Amino acid sequence: MNLLGTQPQASIEECAAPGLNRERGQRQVFCGLAGIVWLHRKIQDAFFLVVGSRTCAHLLQSAAGVMIFAEPRFATAILQERDLAGLADCNQELDRVAAEVLQRRPDIRTLFLVGSCPSEVIKLDLAKAAERLSEVYRGRVRVLEYSASGLETTFTQGEDACLRSLVPELPLLPSGERSLLVVGTLPDVVEDQFARLFAELGVGRLNFLPPRQASELPPVGSGTSFLLAQPFLGETARALQARGANRLSAPYPFGVEGTLGWLRSGAAVWEVSDARFEEVTAPAVARAERGLNRHREVLAGKRISFLPDSQLEIPIARFLQRECGMELVEVATPFLDRRLMEAELAWLPADLRLTEGQDVEQQLDRLRSDRPDICVCGLGLANPLEAEGLRTKWSIELVFTPIQGFDQAGDLAELFARPLVREALLRV
Amino acid sequence: MQLTLWSYEGPPHIGAMRIAVSMEGVHLVLHAPQGDTYADLLFTMIERRGRRPPVSYTTFKARELGGDTAELVKTTIQDAYERFVPRVLLIGESCTAELIQDQPGALASGMGLPVPVLPLELPAYARKENWGANETFYQLIRGLLKSRVPAPGGEPRRRAPDERPRANLLGPSALGFRCRDDVVEITRLLDSVGVEVSVVAPLGATPEDLLRIPEADFNICLYPEIADQACHWLERMFAQPTVKTVPIGVGATRDFLAEVGRVTGIDTATKAEPSWSRMPWYSRSVDSTYLTGKRVFIFADATHAVAAARIAAEELGFRVVGLGTYAREFARDVRQAAKTYGVEPLITDDYLEVEARVSEAHPELVLGTQMERNIAKRLGIPCAVISAPVHIQDFPARYAPQMGFEGANVIFDTWIHPLMMGLEEHLITMFREDFEFHDHATPSHLGPGAGSGRSRDMGLESLGEGVRNSEIVTAWAPEAEQELKKIPFFVRGKARRNTERFARELGIQTITVETLYDAKAHFGR
Repeated sequence: MNLLGTQPQASIEECAAPGLNRERGQRQVFCGLAGIVWLHRKIQDAFFLVVGSRTCAHLLQSAAGVMIFAEPRFATAILQERDLAGLADCNQELDRVAAEVLQRRPDIRTLFLVGSCPSEVIKLDLAKAAERLSEVYRGRVRVLEYSASGLETTFTQGEDACLRSLVPELPLLPSGERSLLVVGTLPDVVEDQFARLFAELGVGRLNFLPPRQASELPPVGSGTSFLLAQPFLGETARALQARGANRLSAPYPFGVEGTLGWLRSGAAVWEVSDARFEEVTAPAVARAERGLNRHREVLAGKRISFLPDSQLEIPIARFLQRECGMELVEVATPFLDRRLMEAELAWLPADLRLTEGQDVEQQLDRLRSDRPDICVCGLGLANPLEAEGLRTKWSIELVFTPIQGFDQAGDLAELFARPLVREALLRV
Repeated sequence: MQLTLWSYEGPPHIGAMRIAVSMEGVHLVLHAPQGDTYADLLFTMIERRGRRPPVSYTTFKARELGGDTAELVKTTIQDAYERFVPRVLLIGESCTAELIQDQPGALASGMGLPVPVLPLELPAYARKENWGANETFYQLIRGLLKSRVPAPGGEPRRRAPDERPRANLLGPSALGFRCRDDVVEITRLLDSVGVEVSVVAPLGATPEDLLRIPEADFNICLYPEIADQACHWLERMFAQPTVKTVPIGVGATRDFLAEVGRVTGIDTATKAEPSWSRMPWYSRSVDSTYLTGKRVFIFADATHAVAAARIAAEELGFRVVGLGTYAREFARDVRQAAKTYGVEPLITDDYLEVEARVSEAHPELVLGTQMERNIAKRLGIPCAVISAPVHIQDFPARYAPQMGFEGANVIFDTWIHPLMMGLEEHLITMFREDFEFHDHATPSHLGPGAGSGRSRDMGLESLGEGVRNSEIVTAWAPEAEQELKKIPFFVRGKARRNTERFARELGIQTITVETLYDAKAHFGR
């Protein structure tokens, strides 16, 4: 049986963007604080101080449970009853806690004050606090703030808010110079791969946001073009555009097609010839195809549903359908920014069941009646669904695993193949 | 504001969830912002539960704050009732909802639902998880049973002469430490002395089960952190005595049986100990003599901390060098126990403070929670986990109770295995020049790679600030440094620290071989 009919089934012109169902109800998602779990590992000289409640601390601890044995570069300033009595006191308290953190970690160069639901509701002015503390630690520590409250951010939007807060700090790119900025947290190994590819293409100066050290912020200016490496960075994109940078419209670098489209977008600005582009990317594409082939056999023809969670649903669904031959039953996403998803939506089937927002009970009802071969969901839902006989993939793994780029295309497919392979193996 | 890196307890609404998740037929509606649903994963991932927690969240967002969140509360309650048809509905709120003051409890009570609706007060900025669980369990029992409280002066129930006495096991809960297996072990233990278990709650109980609580002769407060308020109320209202001894350890298990005997009139003292009670003999076996006087630091919830201290001191012959708890509500018990063992009690929920105290006490074994496991790992000290907060590893597939005689066996194994074994310790002392007995060698029974980082020299680099900042700089004479290397690596760090402390106290600036042996004599047990 040959199920490898996985060449792109439709070109952009043939395909109308799918319609959208909006849903409201109970949302089963993390708030933006969860982003700290990967951001604090990426930016090695930064510390994230959440100003919030015991719930915030508990969420971070639970979401970061796997990393409990590393010294965290995050902490929570837990609001107590007496803090809620008067705001003046709250600012003093925050100064004291910040001092405690910086004393304990003298290696820290950037301190993020991270707003939460309770700090938003009591209208604690973290912007002012960051200004004040920046003054106190001038020359030693940069103090920034952003809100990752569940009232305003869903899961990966926390990263958007964090990167957005860095944008005004970026130095100015001297006029007349050009640069390409890749925006969104990528594992170091993937960053290095992209850096090599762009170097071979002759594209650059190349920078990444966030940088590995917050003290080495990339420059931005009207000569900057930027590519989003993650699909959830709308606010950061707008802020960069406001500083004169040019957003390159592209698919996201998942799978061969996505990575090609993404790289090509950057290469076009530097007027790289088609021949050169082909020459540089061909070996990596061939490797990626080899990596994918093993998993296509497992995945082709299998049905998949996405519950809304990481905001990565649309590009990954596109990859699984077009490159792995999977059938998309439902693709739900917490929110849809059509501007950022333009290239992706064009690649999705016009009759796709695309959902924005969530009513978890309704979605689970649909899941039970659809009975897909695999569904993508949050950690809270995975085991209960497994117990109902459905195979699952935790969405949080998609933000922790290197999945972008050619050399990770096979790994990305493997994430979805593994539960199916395991299902076939087990006799218990 | 309190700076928190890791916390021992979640907010009080997590405690309420633990009660709801433990039970059947109970549903909790939480007024909480988007994101608070993370709590589900505690149960489905850490405990590997195959069912979603019976909890519905309002998950309000910023745009709803301007509008009518109260309406959202009512819709959520109505939907949850219709979908899950619970027999009891609990209503609570998380930290953010508490600030916007929608009074979800009052809203729910006004909805005329045909089942008992219990509003919970869970002060998120003052209380914590265990308090929330304790309060929720109490409110649930009180709410369901208050209309059945007998009139004062009535005759308590007398059991027929041929009837076995019946006990309720109160306190085991979801996310509790080894509750699942403790219930099995205690049921078996009680059966062996002729006592029947009537209701186990909250774990696995239905609201109807709670209604049967007064039918039993007495209650066993198995986990005071969860059940002491409920037991106290039942004692006052239904004249049910409470057995309060927590049967963790051999001695405590014997005391527990004696207390059960007093309450029921059964002679438990003449019952032979079961054949599977191996811990007393294992501890008396000559192999265990090497355990004598091992320095142990204990930090846990109050119940497990106090029990561990007694086991350590009386049943294994360890020396308790630190004892503490994060459970302020039960600090008194720990203070009292600390007095018995002559140590300063440590009552704190500040992980950093615990870390500092462990580091100062130079223990050879840490008994703690997952947090202390982290601390011990960093300090290179063996550690066993004895209490919540829990980790997925604290829900082993095998039977591994902490309570009763089998619990004592399990404890013997789990505490002893991380330590160097007796004969191995002697061999290393005899053949200290052996090239394989170096700083990075791990105890052989742990296998290769088991202790990467475990046995590293606990020397200067892991010392607290106090030593580094000390005014007198003590230096080691080369021959003293050589002599130090002849001391087995696993005690070398302690020897180094003790000698330096000794030298500092006497104002000695250069440590010689003499100083080393003087210090050994000074600190020797």
